[in-house]
Amino acid sequence: MELLGLYYYWIFAILLMTGFYAVIAKLNLIKKLLGLSLFQAAVFLLYITMGKVDGGTAPIFADGATEQLFSNPLPQVLILTAIVVGISTTALGLGIVVRIKEEYGSIEEHEILETDRQ
Amino acid sequence: MIVVFGVFLLTLLLITAFAIVRTPNLFVAVMLTGIFSLLLASNFFLLDAADVALTEAAVGAGISTVLFLGALALTAERETAPSSNRLIALLAVSVMVVAIIYATFDKPRFADPDAPVHRHVAPWYLEKTPDAIDIPNVVTAVLGSFRGYDTLGEVFVVYTAGIGVLFLLGKSTARRQEDLDDAPRGLRHYLIPRVVGRMLIPFILLFGLYVQFHGDYGPGGGFQAGALIAASIILYALLEGENRALRVLPRGLLTGLIAGGALLYGAVGVAGMLLGGKFLDYSLLADNPVSGQHVGILLIEAGVGITVTGVLLSIFHAFAARGRF
Repeated sequence: MELLGLYYYWIFAILLMTGFYAVIAKLNLIKKLLGLSLFQAAVFLLYITMGKVDGGTAPIFADGATEQLFSNPLPQVLILTAIVVGISTTALGLGIVVRIKEEYGSIEEHEILETDRQ
Repeated sequence: MIVVFGVFLLTLLLITAFAIVRTPNLFVAVMLTGIFSLLLASNFFLLDAADVALTEAAVGAGISTVLFLGALALTAERETAPSSNRLIALLAVSVMVVAIIYATFDKPRFADPDAPVHRHVAPWYLEKTPDAIDIPNVVTAVLGSFRGYDTLGEVFVVYTAGIGVLFLLGKSTARRQEDLDDAPRGLRHYLIPRVVGRMLIPFILLFGLYVQFHGDYGPGGGFQAGALIAASIILYALLEGENRALRVLPRGLLTGLIAGGALLYGAVGVAGMLLGGKFLDYSLLADNPVSGQHVGILLIEAGVGITVTGVLLSIFHAFAARGRF
């Protein structure tokens, strides 16, 4: 049980680095962006995990109830906005990839570098 | 029980992530990210983050998949080259994983109520929300009022990203309008998606509006509602062709929405100043401070919703129009 309490953090670590691997090792630009979103998702997971309180509920006051135990609302606020910002920036990245494809005819990093060298 | 379910979902999440990175077929990878987002949203729900789960489901599983597919249609569907420097990358990544896992042994255990993160400002927000703002959803209270500055900043980041995509891809779409009219019109020839979609769209829109205006009382707010409304219009565009969707919400109007929402947010802040308070101080917007907060939150959430809808739809149309020539 003691180690089970750390499971969420370990998943975070592996997820984060899976995304990072795609960013550094893959040559395809769309794959790199997918890796970047995985990286982002891992950070979201870490924040939300830290906000959880044992026996707590979602931080919404119920009618008439007193002495409710809530999970931490603050990380939720941060991540809520971060998700929407994340998709907008990913879209910007995709826009750049599309323009690169139009100019270079490829979205593979080595082919783009090759074209640049010529 | 919940812990077991959480572990199960997290393991699935990890498997999906590995599959996304491994598969050389980008179409498969993008479809898997849809599943990944849905699993992530379920996890958020288990972790008591209802608002975040709603956002992730609408944005990650819905809109992000459509955008990636749009980009794939314009680029390539398969990776052609294997990874570079695979061993070095694997080594670096493994070292980092081990380092992070080593660091977690110092961290407070999962769901520990005495963790430092719960002892600093969070109790203050939970304590003050009923008196100062008097809306049930603490997340909305913090998002809209206590930390309204942050949210304004986020809205402008979304705004900037939208403008950026329009700069990159929006050029020369206007003069192609007549070509668009001859373009294949969505899924119009497929009966079942059309019928089912047509029945779904009004309900998605209605749910979006509910999420927008019920955000003070339950999970929801401008970010989620914007994503949901954009998703319903995108569904309409996929079924009936972009032209029809552009007839409902023309490009000029969408650009207006992008700027209008952000301006509405800013204007609420300035209104507070003109009434003698501070920037984004809603207390003076009505005759007593608490109803002032209600008015302020309603208005800024509307601003957020408008901008997010405008940006997501503009991005979608920018990608979709690009594919036609």
